[in-house]
Amino acid sequence: MNALTKLLATIGRVTLGFLALVGRVAIFAGQSIGHIVRPPFYPRELLTAILNIGYFSLPVVGLTAIFTGAALALQIYSGGQRFSAEAVVPQIVAIGMVRELGPVLVGLMIAARVTSSIAAEIATMKVTEQIDALVTLSTHPMKYLTAPRVLAATLVVPLLVGIGDVIGIMGGFIVGTQQLGFATGPYLNNTWNFLETPDIVSSLIKGAAFGFIAAVMGCYHGMRSGRGAQGVGRATKTSVEAAAVLILAANFLLTSFFFAT
Amino acid sequence: MIELTNVHKAFGPKRVLDGVNLTINRGESMVIIGGSGTGKSVLLKCVLGLMVQDSGTITLDGEDTSKVERDAFLARFGMLFQGGALFDSLPVWQNVAFRLLRGSLAKPKEEAREIAIEKLRRVGLTPDVADLFPAELSGGMQKRVGLARAIAAEPEIIFFDEPTTGLDPIMSGVINDLIREIVVEMGATAMTITHDMSSVRVISDKVAMLHGGKIQWTGPVGDMDNSGDPYVTQFISGSAEGPIEAVR
Repeated sequence: MNALTKLLATIGRVTLGFLALVGRVAIFAGQSIGHIVRPPFYPRELLTAILNIGYFSLPVVGLTAIFTGAALALQIYSGGQRFSAEAVVPQIVAIGMVRELGPVLVGLMIAARVTSSIAAEIATMKVTEQIDALVTLSTHPMKYLTAPRVLAATLVVPLLVGIGDVIGIMGGFIVGTQQLGFATGPYLNNTWNFLETPDIVSSLIKGAAFGFIAAVMGCYHGMRSGRGAQGVGRATKTSVEAAAVLILAANFLLTSFFFAT
Repeated sequence: MIELTNVHKAFGPKRVLDGVNLTINRGESMVIIGGSGTGKSVLLKCVLGLMVQDSGTITLDGEDTSKVERDAFLARFGMLFQGGALFDSLPVWQNVAFRLLRGSLAKPKEEAREIAIEKLRRVGLTPDVADLFPAELSGGMQKRVGLARAIAAEPEIIFFDEPTTGLDPIMSGVINDLIREIVVEMGATAMTITHDMSSVRVISDKVAMLHGGKIQWTGPVGDMDNSGDPYVTQFISGSAEGPIEAVR
């Protein structure tokens, strides 16, 4: 009986801890939105965040997308041969990249590159009292640090997803036409004709959601960082793990919402 | 006037402030001394609202600091942080002029830069430092830039958190003299926390000894050496023998 009580107590404690965490993150996300829409605004910080999150992520997003698109074309061709469906490579590459792989892979790359960088930067600022300094200089840390990063990621990641989708399709196109023997014109026609507006809209909405999640996780864990180098390291690691898991969970929910029927 | 009445603050079971009573009069330079981990920084952060005390009241000119309008309240303060706390991503002049580039005290960029350079000159730095980044400065220069930032908006009250920590004795002397000169020149109220006795003798008008979560003694700096208080006597002499445990 005593062991059962202990087990129940542990389960209860873990459940309550998890719910408290969800609550804290939800409140933080809500506060971030509140600071985005209420003045004062910091356009310079927003521009810097747009450059860091968007422009400087282009190489990694482009490389990820082109290799994924190319590998996807090979896989579909090889798998399709089993039931004489190798001709559908252009269509499946397009739908696979736009609906699923483009947003998810860009989201995960942003989690790896941007979430970690935001968390490490803000955590270091906290450890070195720069966050306290902001407060004494009459500047709200969430307004100055969180709001520009969250807004920038929400605006820019959909663009990165769109670019990733195009580059991924290009990767499939290059493999399809250069290695698998598809003709250039029909490949592009099949790609273009097969895609529908909801495919593209869902891709961009996923991008916005993933950008929001990635930035909020980076800011949240940075702001709550513990002391010293270990605290910064833990904040960075936890932020990337949380962002990656939440992006995959959100992807499932959004896919269910858009395409389950 | 800053007045702390029966201020308590605990972190879990550890009581850091256990009924602190302290008054700092306008234009006075108060230095709070005490060993490491005795709650000096916590006390300072409670006054600024960076931490919230568990109980007790802190008033500024009779107004409860927990109920005042934050921006207007903080606009009255300048603060020099222990490690400088300069913003790595901004050049020196933008660090100094941070408050003057945004918010209610915002000025045109050129004017803010001029003021920043003037403040840098006031703390003994040349204008060519203005465009460097904090990582390019030595520890002493970072302290000076932090000091320039603290005085940039000409605050009524300036807080100094361990202003000489990590500096060599000569640079410590330079920073102490600068703090004293600036506080006198500006007529500011100053609150400094330190365990550097050379800082205490240069900077302070009054001294308060914090130990065991309470102010053990307070009085003019001239009375410090003959205070008769065992805590102050032990702290000044740096002796391991006395009411302050050497191992904490």
